Amino acid sequence: MYIPVIGIETHVQLKTETKIFCGCANRYGNAPNTLVCPVCLGLPGTLPVLNEYAVELAVKTASALGCTISNKSVFARKNYFYPDLPKGYQISQYDEPMAKDGWLRLSGHRTEKKIRISRIHLEEDAGKMLHPEGNIEISESRIDLNRCGVPLVEIVTEPDIGSPQEAYEYLSRLRQILLYIGVSDCSMEEGSLRCDANISMKIKGSDLMGQRTELKNLNSFKFVKKALEFEINRQSELLSNGEKVIPETLAWDETLSGIVKLRSKETSEDYRYFPEPDLIQLTLKDQDIKRIRSELPELPDQKRERFISDYGIPENNAAALTSTIELAEYFEEAASHCTDNKKLSDWILSEILNILRENRVSIKEFRISPEKTAGLVELIGSGRISGRIAKDLFREMVRSGNSAEKILSDSGLELISDPVDLEKIIEDVLGSSPEEVLSYKNGNVKIIGFLIGKAMKETNGKADPVLLNKIMKEKLDNCT
Amino acid sequence: MLDILASLNQIQSRKRSLESLVADTINGIRSGDEFNIFLDIYEDNSLAKAVEIDIKIEQGTAGKLAGCIIAVKDNICVSGQKLTCGSKALEKYITPYSATVIKKLEDEDAIVIGKTNMDEFAMGSSNEHSYFGPVRNPDAPDRVPGGSSGGSAAAVAGNFVPVSLGSDTGGSIRQPAAFCGICGMKPSYGRVSRYGLTAFASSFDQIGPMARTVDDISLILEVISGYDPADSTSIRADVPEYSAEIMNEQKDMTIGIPKEFFNEELDSEIRNAIESKIEQLASDGTRIEEISLPHITCSAAVYYILGNAEASSNLARYDGIRYGCCAENAEELEAVYSKSRAEGFGEEVKRRIILGTYVLSAGYYEEYYGKAQMVRKMIAEELNDTFNKVDFIISPVTPTPPFRLGEKTDEPLNMYLNDIFTIPANLAGLPALSVPCGTTSGRLPVGLQIMGRYCDDLSVLKLGKLIERYNK
Repeated sequence: MYIPVIGIETHVQLKTETKIFCGCANRYGNAPNTLVCPVCLGLPGTLPVLNEYAVELAVKTASALGCTISNKSVFARKNYFYPDLPKGYQISQYDEPMAKDGWLRLSGHRTEKKIRISRIHLEEDAGKMLHPEGNIEISESRIDLNRCGVPLVEIVTEPDIGSPQEAYEYLSRLRQILLYIGVSDCSMEEGSLRCDANISMKIKGSDLMGQRTELKNLNSFKFVKKALEFEINRQSELLSNGEKVIPETLAWDETLSGIVKLRSKETSEDYRYFPEPDLIQLTLKDQDIKRIRSELPELPDQKRERFISDYGIPENNAAALTSTIELAEYFEEAASHCTDNKKLSDWILSEILNILRENRVSIKEFRISPEKTAGLVELIGSGRISGRIAKDLFREMVRSGNSAEKILSDSGLELISDPVDLEKIIEDVLGSSPEEVLSYKNGNVKIIGFLIGKAMKETNGKADPVLLNKIMKEKLDNCT
Repeated sequence: MLDILASLNQIQSRKRSLESLVADTINGIRSGDEFNIFLDIYEDNSLAKAVEIDIKIEQGTAGKLAGCIIAVKDNICVSGQKLTCGSKALEKYITPYSATVIKKLEDEDAIVIGKTNMDEFAMGSSNEHSYFGPVRNPDAPDRVPGGSSGGSAAAVAGNFVPVSLGSDTGGSIRQPAAFCGICGMKPSYGRVSRYGLTAFASSFDQIGPMARTVDDISLILEVISGYDPADSTSIRADVPEYSAEIMNEQKDMTIGIPKEFFNEELDSEIRNAIESKIEQLASDGTRIEEISLPHITCSAAVYYILGNAEASSNLARYDGIRYGCCAENAEELEAVYSKSRAEGFGEEVKRRIILGTYVLSAGYYEEYYGKAQMVRKMIAEELNDTFNKVDFIISPVTPTPPFRLGEKTDEPLNMYLNDIFTIPANLAGLPALSVPCGTTSGRLPVGLQIMGRYCDDLSVLKLGKLIERYNK
């Protein structure tokens, strides 16, 4: 029985104002080759100058992932030829990376397994190639160097990931944390988060690792899962047929729903790493590392625990609410105006998330303020409106942007909860249903449902159901 | 041709206009075509600038180098001008920005008159490795001027300009200065910004001045030195006012003479010339101590491993894709690279790239690069320890006088040995000055090297001035 052994490398673009080694703007989507200067073009005579803010964001990342951060690390040149690499080498880190030995807990639950992170290092991004294949506007390959020198952190896991699902969860969690600490946009579409996976198979219970392949071009978390599933099947089949897995670099091809071979590892390049002589050693003082660590925002795990203890909500709700910092903030703001946190959390996780999905907007763009949502939940709790009406009211809030109170008073959707009003309605219903009343008297107590339904209909569903039920029962039991 | 100080005096006291001086200088340069010194002359720009500076002088707003005309080695960027680095690979390349040193010089109203010939990408000791042909030594036209800053040395030695900029990676300022009988200074590593200097071996490269007098060297060094935020390896130490400080004579000093440098390979006339200066110093009361630097004999080996390793990476960008020489008959990407580089680079550059690539390759890194790094550290420590006992180290600059054109081109190893006295200063980042030290019986120039403590460029200049005085 073979089981997969998976490790993931993630490249994350850091959200700095300027590039890592020059003053050019770090921005996505500009016209090609407009965010460039002699330094990032690698023109003769130019030298890199390290962007300290990029270092700060990298330290933040490493801290959030529980890494040990080195006081001293060294930049190195990774030498290879490619048209999108103007200097003929990438400035990266090699044998002395900035951070080591971190970890990440899978999914939002306390019990889930930890994935160890072996290293995090800082490096520069390369440019982008545009090829005529799949691009009808151009007849030859072109190079856009805007991306050259955008700061990256590379986050490398130990081979701790045991399944495509775990890979998916690891990446989702990683993205969640990176978004929490605000170091990156983590947009796979814009390429600010990119990942490769290494995969091999081993016999269950054995320490012997199999030959591994590398999967590239994993442009979404879904593709990561699909590609890994495909590759696990492929490797398993090979092995159970007594064949060997060849170490090679593969790419996921979504249109083929399969993998294509990029290059074999035997002919893989020798990057001839050596210390970058144009930069001095990167020195981080303990006090700076401490400061950056202390400035970290509350991370998802901590926030989830706090939500459970401070708001008394179930773990599942807490985990879901803390999935993004924006949603968590929305909840907390609403909770400060609300007395029933459980109901509030349910409402946000069902009704609000539904409507966000329907309208394809984010919680940040959602037009109902947390305070108004709290007002609605309060109204439900007070018994002034029914759950059904609450949903209608909510739709109306989304449409108009008005508060629940305002819509309620304008529309008369409020529950009839005055016993005198209700008594009158009930008397009318009972008066017009002598047969049902008789049936009740003869012991068919279930018939009360029919009578309540009739009263509800009379009130267009606005009768306070609890009160209606109570008075109806009293009336029936007392009338002789 | 006047030295800078004299020339500044003449121009700033308005005895003559800078415009006429520039015009005469350009005529002079043109008359020396047979030496093949200049690759580019900025005639229109220089004359226009001279007119502006003449006005500034009249208004009393001119910088301290108003009246100074300078030639620049063609691996240093001057905005809007060609930057060939002596290579076909960059034959038509124009740089869009100026090096920090050029900005500093121009801020003080110096005029960059043009670019000087050099060994391709500063790799060579004879200036015979230029795509644009060899430079001839003005003192002995059948001989080499040294290299790689051969053009810059010859421009000064031939009295075409009073001062020039060179770059020194393993001796490329000091060796040609010695071969041409002028002064050349390699400053402490980090003293002068490398921003805008085409990289050969980044951890060794320094820009430095070449001139006929130590006073002129001091003045130029004072202007081009200083911390540059654009160069992470530049140092934050204050820059002394070299040109004024140098007037305070260097006294009460101990000079170390490394016995390893005075071996049988050293030309006897050079040995005699150096020893006579040492005797003069001794008779003036300077303490002379024979010292031993056992690891220094590994210098050349260390240098040709580390320097070429860095070079192989620094020169990777000349791939024909974005600028520079691009092969026309290349069908595939791989062919664009190999053909463009095969056409663009000369033999010596290729040799060094291959050597450098080899020593960085998987399986060889530790054996070569790793070991060489270690030995570099040992040599640097040895030198720094020595400077606890002595204030200066004096040595020859070259083992032989300037050789004949073509004499060593078939013997690259023999050529490399030309740098054995100069390399240690680059390995340890120390300041080193080459000053003239008489001539051989055949009237060929001899140079004497003064090496000093890290970042104490001033003391080196002071001692240089003292030795210069012995020549008179």
